[in-house]
Amino acid sequence: MTADLFFQYLFAGITYGIMYAIVAIGFNIIYNTTGIINFAQGEFVMLGGMIAISLLHFVPLPLAVAGGVVITMLVGALIEILFIRWLDNPSVLRMIIITIGLSILIREAALHIWGESIRSLPYFYGNEITTITLGPVRISPQVLWVLGVCGIVVLLLSVFFKVTPLGREMRACAANRRAAILCGINARNMVTFSFMLSAGIGALAGCVMSPITYTQYDSGTPLAIKGFTVAILGGLGNSMGAVAAGILLGIIEAYSISFVPLAFQDAISITILLIILFVRPHGLFGSGEAARLKEF
Amino acid sequence: MRYTKSRAILCLVALVIVTQLLTRITGTSYYLTQLTMSAYYALVVIGLTVLMGYAGQISIGHAGFFAIGGYLSAALTTHNLIPLAGSPLVQFLGRLGVLVRGQDIYGEQLLTVTPWAACLAAILVAALIAFLLGIPVLKLKGHYLAMATLGFGTIIYRIALASDYFGEADGISEVPGFTLLPGVAGLPPLVVNGDFDSRVQNYYIAWGVLIIGMVLLLNLIDSRVGRALRSIHGSEEAAEAAGVDTARCKLQVFVLSAVYAALAGVLLTHYNGGLGPSEASVMKSVRYVALVAVGGMANLWGALVMGAGLTFLSLRGVFGSFDDAVFGAILILVMLFAPDGILSLRLNGLRTCLKRESTDR
Repeated sequence: MTADLFFQYLFAGITYGIMYAIVAIGFNIIYNTTGIINFAQGEFVMLGGMIAISLLHFVPLPLAVAGGVVITMLVGALIEILFIRWLDNPSVLRMIIITIGLSILIREAALHIWGESIRSLPYFYGNEITTITLGPVRISPQVLWVLGVCGIVVLLLSVFFKVTPLGREMRACAANRRAAILCGINARNMVTFSFMLSAGIGALAGCVMSPITYTQYDSGTPLAIKGFTVAILGGLGNSMGAVAAGILLGIIEAYSISFVPLAFQDAISITILLIILFVRPHGLFGSGEAARLKEF
Repeated sequence: MRYTKSRAILCLVALVIVTQLLTRITGTSYYLTQLTMSAYYALVVIGLTVLMGYAGQISIGHAGFFAIGGYLSAALTTHNLIPLAGSPLVQFLGRLGVLVRGQDIYGEQLLTVTPWAACLAAILVAALIAFLLGIPVLKLKGHYLAMATLGFGTIIYRIALASDYFGEADGISEVPGFTLLPGVAGLPPLVVNGDFDSRVQNYYIAWGVLIIGMVLLLNLIDSRVGRALRSIHGSEEAAEAAGVDTARCKLQVFVLSAVYAALAGVLLTHYNGGLGPSEASVMKSVRYVALVAVGGMANLWGALVMGAGLTFLSLRGVFGSFDDAVFGAILILVMLFAPDGILSLRLNGLRTCLKRESTDR
């Protein structure tokens, strides 16, 4: 492998890894406030992309992306209010099955609305063949968009959770739900907010990655599996860990192409997931002692 | 209280016979094809019920075991070994008497593994994989267990889709019939295949297998092992404290349910004469989970009725292009409004009767 090819793979890996990280952060937000893994997270990513593509017929690109994010957030809120809000202390098994059911329903709805065709947003800057030369590698400007958007999302999220009152209230609910309620925080609204937030982040990711990865009605599930792998790898609930783990998985996947057929690429990340689950279920960066106290 | 159980089984046998007679009288014997397939899918569902409902361990990967059974049996009975006839392995297999010679439709010589040997091999491999996978996986709980089994199912799907040996996206076709018993004393042989003439015979084979499987499971959950499983579902720590070897118990049930799924896969593949990678897809696994849930989780009879009934409707195409959506909706509605299954709302009488049975003991 030449040095140029090495760096080219490296950049491809980082790009995909960042996308997985955004999906993983969506998992983490809901997990942190509710203790639920939302198996429909990948469908939010798909919805964001699909809605923005449809809106593009009527409004310019920035508005279409914004519209896609807002509508997906509303869908997220609606799902929480209709299916989750009024359940009284549901068991983990029940929540897993409900969110799996939701992901099927969203996917089937998307199939009936948008059909089976593969769509994509146009490149945000330039087109398919525009390249930027960075030292030895040539990259598409869209890659910079993905990196930039992800960086801003992670930054804004950490500011949001540290500084704003709403973010602090959500963290309070995550730390101790009962104590938060005693302090006058409406815990149920916080759960709705967390669904909106993670739906919005998923949708934004779906929009920026759409020109590179394309969007199809069933593109959510594979992303969800990758995102979950990354979330576990980085330690469930740890957003910075998710970014690091995402880049790690992306790079492993990118280099694996030179050793195994492309068709087995998914199998590789799942094998990593299984190994991590068996060996270090609290993730590479998580604390084992803290993990033992959590409910899975 | 064995009385109730054997009466219920007798009712089921009678129902199976009456259904067949009805289709003959009304001239709708084409229903038998889907009824046969439903019986095999129901076999997966009742196996999964013991794992999910009684032992409380979710598995979103059972289509994987179904596919292991189906694919191995199909591949072994269709792939021609003539080019490899010189290799020591093939010669050894030939001496064991597990190879059969034949001709394909072009008159080409074929040398394949006999269905019985292929079936046993497929089930043994499925059991072995379940055993090896179960040791680490069953230590996990909740979300992690769900994701790990989902991951396993996806890997099997990817392997089926990507490997030449399993026919890639086309799957395997022209799988020969499975002769369960050779013809003796003037009786015709008992063959699992999709021939028009053997439709009635296959219907009875499928339901016979399902009923035998059901009896075994009913006996299992009423036994010492069954009580241990329910105690694990209630509280793993308490079960452990009471002296139940929880890890071993869970593993045994996991392997057992995998064997049920693999057996169903083998028989259905020989019946259909082939299978494709969609049998291994995540959606199939989710569908089995939906059927267990709608049957009432810890309710074998519910699982059998719902498993066979809903699968029959789905195979008849009643739900049209909303097939997957219907199963998704069922999953959500049951979990939201009736986590004990919709039979708990309808057949309350039967359930209290069954409950009394288990508390009497």
